[in-house]
Formats: sequence, C-alpha cells, structure tokens
Amino acid sequence: MTHRRPITLLLGAATALSLLSSTAIADGFIIVQSTTSTQNSGLYDVLLPQFQKASGVEVRVVAVGTGQAIKNATKCDGDVLLVHAKAAEEKFVADGFGISRSDVMYNDFVIVGPAADPAGIAGSSDITAALKAIAIAGAPFASRGDDSGTHKKELSLWRATGYGPAAASGTWYRETGSGMGATLNVGTGMGAYVMTDRATWIAFGNKGGHKIMVEGDKALFNQYGIIAVNPENCPYVKSVLAQKFIDWILSPSGQDAIGAYKRDGQQLFFPNAS
Amino acid sequence: MEEIRTAFAAAFKLIVTLDHNLFEIVGLSLYVTLTAVLIACLIGLPLGALLAVGRFPGRHLVVVFINSLMGLPPVVVGLVVYLMLSSAGPFGVLQLLYTPTAMIIAQALLVTPIIAALSRQIIEALHGEYDEMLRSMHAGRMATLSTLIWDARYSLVTAALAGLGRAFAEVGAVMIVGGNINHVTRVMTTAIALETSKGELALALGLGIILVGLSIMINTALMSLRSEMERMAYA
Repeated sequence: MTHRRPITLLLGAATALSLLSSTAIADGFIIVQSTTSTQNSGLYDVLLPQFQKASGVEVRVVAVGTGQAIKNATKCDGDVLLVHAKAAEEKFVADGFGISRSDVMYNDFVIVGPAADPAGIAGSSDITAALKAIAIAGAPFASRGDDSGTHKKELSLWRATGYGPAAASGTWYRETGSGMGATLNVGTGMGAYVMTDRATWIAFGNKGGHKIMVEGDKALFNQYGIIAVNPENCPYVKSVLAQKFIDWILSPSGQDAIGAYKRDGQQLFFPNAS
Repeated sequence: MEEIRTAFAAAFKLIVTLDHNLFEIVGLSLYVTLTAVLIACLIGLPLGALLAVGRFPGRHLVVVFINSLMGLPPVVVGLVVYLMLSSAGPFGVLQLLYTPTAMIIAQALLVTPIIAALSRQIIEALHGEYDEMLRSMHAGRMATLSTLIWDARYSLVTAALAGLGRAFAEVGAVMIVGGNINHVTRVMTTAIALETSKGELALALGLGIILVGLSIMINTALMSLRSEMERMAYA
C-alpha cells in the first residue's frame, strides 16, 4: 500500500504544523464570552498577553453579539462574560447564572453616515432628533438586528423617538442580522446610516466616505460589564481562574492597560471600575 | 480594483514573510479538514458501497435521505454539534466545545453524506458491470464490497475531493463549534470572516487567495497521485 503514503504524509505534516504552532503554553485557560466590538477593535490582542504574562492563565475569547454571549454563558459554555447591555447583565446575575457584575470600562455610540447626509443630521448631538429626522426622510439605516448590546441600545433609542422602525423594516430600515463590522460593511456599501460603538468605528478599515454624524448625547453612553459564571449552575466552570482574570481587569494594572490602548492616536475604551 | 491589487499584495507579503500566524492558521485548517475527511471516508465509503450493493427494505428511502443530506447547510450542522457538545448538552461532560476536535466532528458530519452518496453512485455503476462475474465466483458480501471499493478507487478519489472541497471552504460550522478563538480554533475561513468584519477587506481577500491556492495544490497533488496510481496499475 505504498501509494497511500503521500496522504498520510500530508496529514502528518498538517498535524506537526498545528502542534508546532500552538504557541501558548499556559497553566490553564478560561473561555470568555464577549462581544464583537471588543474583539474587532483589537483590544484583546493587547490586553490578554499582558494578563497571561502576569498570571500564566490563557484567555480564549469567543466573540459574538451580547445576546448570544449571554445565552452561551447561560448554557455554561464560558467562564466569564464581558458584554455591554447592563439590564440584560443584571438579569443574568439575578437569575442565578452569574455571581456578580462589575463595571469595567465605557465608551460611547455614534451614528455614522454618508457624506451626502440625506437626513441632514451632521453635527447633531441630539440622538432623538437625529433618529426622527432619519425616519421622516426615509433615509437608509442599517441596524444590527441581532439582539446584541448595540442592537438593544439602538431599539431603546428608537423607542424614545416614538417612531417604531419595525414597520419600516425592509424599506429604509434594514436589519442585517450580523455583527458590528459586517453591518458597517453593509452601511458603507449602501450609503446607510449606522449606529456603532466608537471603538469599532475608529478601528474599522472600510470606512468608505462615511463620517461620524451624531455624537456626544448622554443617551449614547456605552458601559461594559464583567461577570463570573456561577459554578453552582455550571460544574465545569473554572471559577478560580475566572476570578483571577476579573480581579486583574478591575485592578490598576488591568485598568491602565485598557486606558493605554489607542488606535490612530485615539483612546478607544475608558476604564471605570469602581 | 484597488482592493484586489492590495489583496494580492497582502497575500504575497504574508507568504514571503513566512507570517507565523498565517502558518498556524493554515496548519490548523489542514489538520481539521484532512482529519474530518479521513473520518468521513472511513464511514462514507463502506456506507456508500453497502447502499450500492445491499438489497433491503427501505434502501431507496435511505438513498434519497443521504442524497438530500449533501445539501445540509454547515450552519445547521454547527448548531446541532454545538447543542450536543455544550456544557448543558448530552456530551457536555467531554468539554469538547471550542476545540479543534469539535470542528473535526462537525466537518466529518457535514462531509460523510457527500462521500457516501457519491460513492454509492460510483459503486452502483461498477456493480452493474461486475455483478455477473462476482456471482460466478460465488463472492461473499465482504469480498464483493471490498472488490468494488478497490476497483472503483480512482473514481472514489473524486468523491473524497468533493468532500474535501466542501470541508475546506465552509465557515458556518467551524465558526459555531470552534468559536474562532485566536491561536486555538482560528482557521482560514473564520479568519477571513473576522477580517471582513473588521473592514480589512484587502487582507480578507488576500487570505482568500491563499485558501484558493492551497486548494489548487491539494487537488493537484491528489489528482497526480491518482494518475500515478493508474499508471502503475496498468503498467
């Protein structure tokens, strides 16, 4: 059966390659269920090596929308939850799935849009008025539509305007059902307004002609929180390591690392652990 | 067009600088996909042969069912495997979610019906030719199956290649069960999805170009292996 050898060889080479390249040799690892905004902005690439160096613990991040991250953590598929939807996070803890919730950092949401600005909202700092103007003009608006933290926030802002975008879904209001970056790709592609967290926007590589149109409204505040998954529900949770990570990120070293992270000279996240 | 030019430049740069992350991702892609296809062949080939030769009630329904599974969306396979392997699921105790093993399981499930369905078709055609001869030799069930699989081996490479292409290209299943974790479960397709969502379109396309290049290399290798085998067999 000598002629089978090349396949075996190929398989062997692949195995060796993947074994050789598994760099991180750590004392243990935890899984953090987190959001696409924190990953797409590149924050974890800077933060996690510092924590691993300090603690020897490897952190594996699964980046999905906040809604999905919370569901995954509810099913015990993660040790730590780091997301941005305070009400949903507090419910997660109240329901007994998490131990306690702490503030980690914040930034803010902005509305980006095409330079042509069909709704005439450029320079506004009143989000309610800006959304109303978009609805009245029927200008294209790309929504996450995926039950993420950003999506939940966007819906709450629409509620304040009295204009329900649900009725317009499929016309000017377009629900992409995907992550922040994917939605921005849609938005820049079709010339639609998009609500995004500032960090993802600054780090985003496909801005096209889009610019920040609305910023600075207090209602656009974006708070991130961290929660350890409750071992009483989830026997496989690595509580000790999870707590180690949470303690570090809330400590001065973790908070300083967050504050020091910059893209294009701009700070993306502002630490505010109490 | 600028994007595409930058993409080729990005792909070229990643390759010539022997980018460490790239090699890690490519290695894991090959490891996951080749293992999954190997497992799928071990299950799919005998299954296909059995369906081609066997005569049992409900055989036709099984054939239709397996043929339909060829169109199974990867994301559905991913979801099912996720629910099985989740800590809250029946196999949670194994703690396999978000590991390369989970990705292999998902891709093997995705590819097995393809290999079974195609090999059933190939072997059934061959069985038509061989039937009389095998009967006259009073060949038993096992002998019949192994003779057919062996004599159809060149055509069966094509079935394996179809499975390989499917597994190599899919992103839906490995994204869900692997989680696209950096240095652990990030493969070519999930890396492309990630770079796209970061808006790094040129880099994403560059990775896509490398993926296509790899696919061409694997296909060329297997096809030349096949013709080499044929040449040796008939020499």
